[in-house]
Amino acid sequence: MSSRVKTWLGIAAIPIMVWTLIPILWIVATSLKPIPALADSTQNVFGNFWPKHPTWDNYSLIFTGGARDLFVPALWHSIIVSLVATLISVILATFCAYAISRLNFPGKGVILTTALAVSFFPVIAMVTPLFNLWRQIGLFDTIPGLIIPYLALTLPLSIWTLTAFFQQIPWEMEQAAQVDGATSWQAFRKVIAPLAAPGVFTTAIIAFFTAWNDFVFSLNLTSENARTVPAALTFFTGASQFTQPTGAICAAAVVVTIPVIILVLLFQRRIVSGLTSGAVKG
Amino acid sequence: MSSIELKNIVKRYGDGFPAVNDVSLDVADGEFMILVGPSGCGKSTLLRMVVGLEDITDGDLLIDGRRVNEKAPRDRNLAMVFQNYALYPHLTVFENIAFPLRLNKGKHPEAEVREKVNRAAGMLELQEHLQRKPANLSGGQRQRVAMGRAIVRDADAFLFDEPLSNLDAKLRGQMRTEIARMQRRLGITTIYVTHDQTEAMTLGDRVAVLKKGVLQQCASPRELYEQPVNLFVAGFIGSPPMNFLPAKVEGSTLKLPFVDVPVTGDLAEKVAGKDLVIVGLRPEHLKDASLGGLPAGAVRFTATVDQTEWLGNEQYAYIPFEADSAVSAKLAELDRETDGERMRTQMVVNLDARSRVLEGDEAQLAFDPAQMHVFDPSTNECLTRDDEKAAAIAADSEQQRQAALRRAREREAVAS
Repeated sequence: MSSRVKTWLGIAAIPIMVWTLIPILWIVATSLKPIPALADSTQNVFGNFWPKHPTWDNYSLIFTGGARDLFVPALWHSIIVSLVATLISVILATFCAYAISRLNFPGKGVILTTALAVSFFPVIAMVTPLFNLWRQIGLFDTIPGLIIPYLALTLPLSIWTLTAFFQQIPWEMEQAAQVDGATSWQAFRKVIAPLAAPGVFTTAIIAFFTAWNDFVFSLNLTSENARTVPAALTFFTGASQFTQPTGAICAAAVVVTIPVIILVLLFQRRIVSGLTSGAVKG
Repeated sequence: MSSIELKNIVKRYGDGFPAVNDVSLDVADGEFMILVGPSGCGKSTLLRMVVGLEDITDGDLLIDGRRVNEKAPRDRNLAMVFQNYALYPHLTVFENIAFPLRLNKGKHPEAEVREKVNRAAGMLELQEHLQRKPANLSGGQRQRVAMGRAIVRDADAFLFDEPLSNLDAKLRGQMRTEIARMQRRLGITTIYVTHDQTEAMTLGDRVAVLKKGVLQQCASPRELYEQPVNLFVAGFIGSPPMNFLPAKVEGSTLKLPFVDVPVTGDLAEKVAGKDLVIVGLRPEHLKDASLGGLPAGAVRFTATVDQTEWLGNEQYAYIPFEADSAVSAKLAELDRETDGERMRTQMVVNLDARSRVLEGDEAQLAFDPAQMHVFDPSTNECLTRDDEKAAAIAADSEQQRQAALRRAREREAVAS
C-alpha cells in the first residue's frame, strides 16, 4: 500500500472514530455530572457536554450508596456468568471444531448448519418459552439458568470461527508430530493447540462480549439471585419518582465497559495473524 | 537399522480405484531406495502407507520381519521428512529438533537431549540458528531442520517425501549430495520419493519405477538405464529422454525414419513376424559422424536439424520426423504418462560441444546398432533386454553398495 493511500485511509477513519467514540465520551461525561447539572446546561461546558464541576458522586452511589445492593451483586453475577459461559463455550467449541476440521465422519455438514441455524433465531423468540421451562424445572433466577442460554448464543459462533482457524493449520503439522512419536492427544496439545491459540483467544473474546453484553435473557430469566449488570441498570431508581437515575446508570455503564477494554488490550497482542508462517514453505 | 519389506501392497480408495496396486519391494538394511514416477503414480501414497499415515487396504508391510500394518505411526519408529518440511512454527529450531525426544517424557534427561540436538545440528551446520524460529529461516535451512528432526531420533529408517522439490535448482543440487553423504554416514535404511529422475539416478542404490500404482521395475540406476524392461521405464529414465522411433520390420532389416538398420541373431528372431517395432535410442548414442571416432558397425545417416541448443559442455540438436500413425498414438500416450507435453515427434541428439552443426543444416549422424533398444508396441516390452547382463549389473551394484557402506562405517568408527 502506498503512503498516499495510507494517508487517505487514515483521514477516512477519523469520522468513523468520532462517530463511535462520541456516545461513549458522552456516557463518561454524564456519569461525572452532579444531579442538578443533568438538566441545566449552564453548569456544563461545550454546550451541554462536559460538567463544570465533575464529581464522583454517581460512582459512590453505585458502589457504596443507595444503588449498592443492586449494582455490586449484579457485577459479580456478570463476571461469573460471562467467564464460565466463555470457558465452557471455548473448550467445547475447540474440541468440536477440531473434530470437524480434521476427522471425516458423517453429519459434519449437519452439525455446522445446525449451529448456524440456532443463531438465526431472534433471541426474543426464545425468551418466553425458556422462561416457562426454567420456572418449571427450577432454573429460573439461577446462574446455570443464565449460562445455558448464553452457551446457545456463543457456541455456534465459536464453532464456526474455530473451525475456520483449524482448517488453516496444515495437516502435515499433525502428521509430522505423529511420526515423531506423539499420541493424538500430544499432537493436539503440543502442536495444534499452540498454533490455534490466536483463534481460541479471538473466539473467547467474542464469546465473553456476547455474554457480558446480553440484556434480554438476563432481564427475563432472573429476578435477583443471578441478575447481571445490563438488566440491573433498568432497576435503578432516582432520588424521587420525578428524577431519572441517569447519572448512576452512566456510571454503571462506564464500570462495565472497563473489563471489556482491558480484555481487548490484553489479548490484542495474542491475536496476531501469521503465526503459522514458516511452518511450511511459503 | 532395519529392513523394510512390502508384500503385495494395495491401496484402494473409497471409489474402488487402486492408487497402489500389488507392489512388492524389499528394502535391505542400510539401502537407499528411491520411489520414482510421474505425478499420480502412487509413490507418495506408498510412502505414507509405510510410515502409517495411510491405511493399507491389502498386503503386508514388514519392518525387520515383523508385520506392522496395524501399528500407529508413533510405534513404527520411522522418521519422515515432509515435502513442505512441516516444522513447528511456535518452537525454536532447537525445540523443533528436540521435539521427538521431548515426547518420551523422562526417557531422555535434559543433558542428553541437549547433546543429541547439538550433534544433529553440528552435522547439518545449524548451530548458529538453534534459537531462531522457522519463520526466519531460508528454504534450505528449514529443509535441514526437518532433517535434523529425523536424525535426532535414532529411527529405524528415514522416509523422504519429495524433500527437495521446494528448493531452487542450485540448492537442490547441494542438498542432494548432502542427503547422500548423510545416508552413507549413518548407514540408515532410506526410502525416498521423488518425481525427479536426476535425484533418483544420483541418490539411489536401487530405484523403483512406478506407473499408475503398478511397479514397473526395481533395479539399480545403471540397470534401469541400460536394461529397461519396458517402454515406460526407458522413456522415464534419462534426461533428455530416450528417442523413440517407429521401425518397420522387413525381413532382417528395421526401417527407421532416417535409415535402414540390418539386424542379426537374437534380435532378428525376436522381431520376426512383427510388422512394426519401436526403436529406442538414447540422445548420447547418436554421434556427429563428421567428428570421426565411430565404432565399427556404426550406421550412418543424414538428417535436417531443426533446432540446436548449445550448453557449453554439450549440445542438443532436435530433428523432427513423421511417425507412423499406429505408433504416434502410442508415443503420445507414453509422453503423457511421463508428464510430458510434446507437440511434435522429434529426435533429440546429444552432440559433442565441438560439433559445428547449426539449425537447418544437413547433419551427418551415426549410431551403433548394438546400443538400440527395441520395444514391442503391443506389449511395451523391451525385446533387447539381456537378463544375464542385467543380473551382472545388479550384482555389481549390490557389491558396490556394500563396499560403500563398509567404508562409511569404518570412517565413522575412526571418527568417533
